[in-house]
Amino acid sequence: MPSILIVPIRPVDHAELTALIAPLSHAFELPVTIEESNYLDPSFAFDTYRNQFNSTYIIASLLDRYPAHSGKIIGITEVDLFVPVLTYVFGEAQLDGRIAVLSTYRLREELYGLDPNPKLEHIRLLKEANHELGHTFGLIHCHNPECVMHSSTSAEEIDVKGNNFCEECEQAMREALISTH
Amino acid sequence: MAEKKSVQQSILIVDDELIVRESLTKWFRQDGYRVESAEDANHAIKLMNEGPWDLALLDIKMPGMSGLDLQKRLKEIDKNTGIIMITAFASVESAVQALKEGAFDYVTKPIDPDHLSHIVLNALKHKKIIEENVQLREQISDIAKATDIVGESQQIHNVINLAKTVAKTDTTVMLRGESGTGKELIARAIHANSDRRYFPIIAVNCGAVTESLLESELFGHEKGAFTGAQYRRKGKFELADGGTIFLDEIGNISQKMQVQLLRVIETKQFTRVGGSEVISSDFRVICATNRDLEAAVKDGSFREDLYYRLNVFTISIPPLRERRSDIPLLAEYFRNKYATIMHKAVTEINPNAMDIMVQYDWPGNVREVENVMERAMVLAVPPAIQHTELPFQLASKTHGLQADSLAVVERAQVEMILNRTGWNISRAAEILDIDRVTLYNKIAKYGLKRP
Repeated sequence: MPSILIVPIRPVDHAELTALIAPLSHAFELPVTIEESNYLDPSFAFDTYRNQFNSTYIIASLLDRYPAHSGKIIGITEVDLFVPVLTYVFGEAQLDGRIAVLSTYRLREELYGLDPNPKLEHIRLLKEANHELGHTFGLIHCHNPECVMHSSTSAEEIDVKGNNFCEECEQAMREALISTH
Repeated sequence: MAEKKSVQQSILIVDDELIVRESLTKWFRQDGYRVESAEDANHAIKLMNEGPWDLALLDIKMPGMSGLDLQKRLKEIDKNTGIIMITAFASVESAVQALKEGAFDYVTKPIDPDHLSHIVLNALKHKKIIEENVQLREQISDIAKATDIVGESQQIHNVINLAKTVAKTDTTVMLRGESGTGKELIARAIHANSDRRYFPIIAVNCGAVTESLLESELFGHEKGAFTGAQYRRKGKFELADGGTIFLDEIGNISQKMQVQLLRVIETKQFTRVGGSEVISSDFRVICATNRDLEAAVKDGSFREDLYYRLNVFTISIPPLRERRSDIPLLAEYFRNKYATIMHKAVTEINPNAMDIMVQYDWPGNVREVENVMERAMVLAVPPAIQHTELPFQLASKTHGLQADSLAVVERAQVEMILNRTGWNISRAAEILDIDRVTLYNKIAKYGLKRP
């Protein structure tokens, strides 16, 4: 039975991960669990020059760590992620693969000099989790501005798009889901 | 995975660093693009030849051939591919060089993802607009070429050659010729063959409107400039900006308009009626007249300075009676035109009818041929036009013309114009370019009677 496994990558707020369980399992109709015993320490992916963590390394490490997991794995962290050619990423996923990683770092209002807004940050995290997991189901960026698969490279763009998959993406995701069963 | 773009757009990534190729490829694939990457110039050229590619992202610094040199090579293979250079901070100068050589934009490593997605979208939009522009230009050229000038006589060939020659320049052209010889058609052909063809050609009939109206027609007016001027209106000179203004019947304008016209043609600047703002417009002037301007200059009714300003390059369009070999071609051309419009299977003109037409003098020139053919086509019973379907005066007048005396020709001309204007003496006198008293004298002399 495939499932979605949330892997906490330290540091991370455990309560935020717990809050994802219900909506993710609703969105993907899969059981969602949190890896409670084996947190990931991302220091191996730290780049001293950029003062950020290389998300591609983290994906590789998760792939090594869970060779037999049937379903999708999403690592979530508070640290800032990057891929070498870009200044930052909100997250990274294997297109039509098993692994996604996601950072809450740039989803926080404090980063933009604003007051903390936990509710808004939770919604952003949920959208990005849906989005990155969507990539693991083979979905590409969607032109529908309301679809959660719409590309967003800033927090405002995350806020503008919706929480859910558009009809087309939903259907493509379901088809991918059936083939993984 | 369902395809979400109607046509999948393609991006070629050229960078010697594996990690850059991999992460950009992944990034763009998630955006739904078709992506391939090359590690060096040779591979890039190979992929380019297998193209086409919508966009190419080139690292400016690579071992072997640099991004700058590669850009030139890729542009040689497909100049339509949009190129974005990837640079390190240290090489911004060479990025500027790349822009000068036609790259769309550049990004510096590491690339801000927000910036990257915008640049890529803009580059694709830019490419699309350029492609649309090329298409539209081709369409306009096709439409412009459709302007038909019918005729194979040496005289009309000379006219066409002169028109083509002068078209490429910005020279003021004066078209001389009798009424109905197709002066506007030639003006449009000159415009259509000039570099101004993507801008409008604005035709103004200077003889058709009164002086005050012509002024606001040509220069436009401000709101409230005169009673009834409820809106600001652009004038013809303003509308012709970038294109051509065709001033028909230039010989008929008043002295006051002549002064104004001279100034605007010389300075390319004017003000709207009732306005004070000086407006500049870049236009080319083509004018036409069937009047004897030289005589008008002599008797003082046409300003000499304006005459010389306009009379830079003159094309005289010969009247139809001086190039009779074109008459059958024109007759066939209009027969075909009206057969199509009227859905009538009239496929030929009876030789008798054609003989009459070739003999006839056609004072109304090509316009008259068209009118006669239209009338004949209404009457014609398929499959051919008979001589009986030609207008009565045309059939009879040709016989009269066998006596070649000037009086006979004059009588025919006067009667024809009178009939054409419905015996409107003022109008007929204007067309014949004689005063009304003279016209009355000629009517009496030839014993012409109102039908």
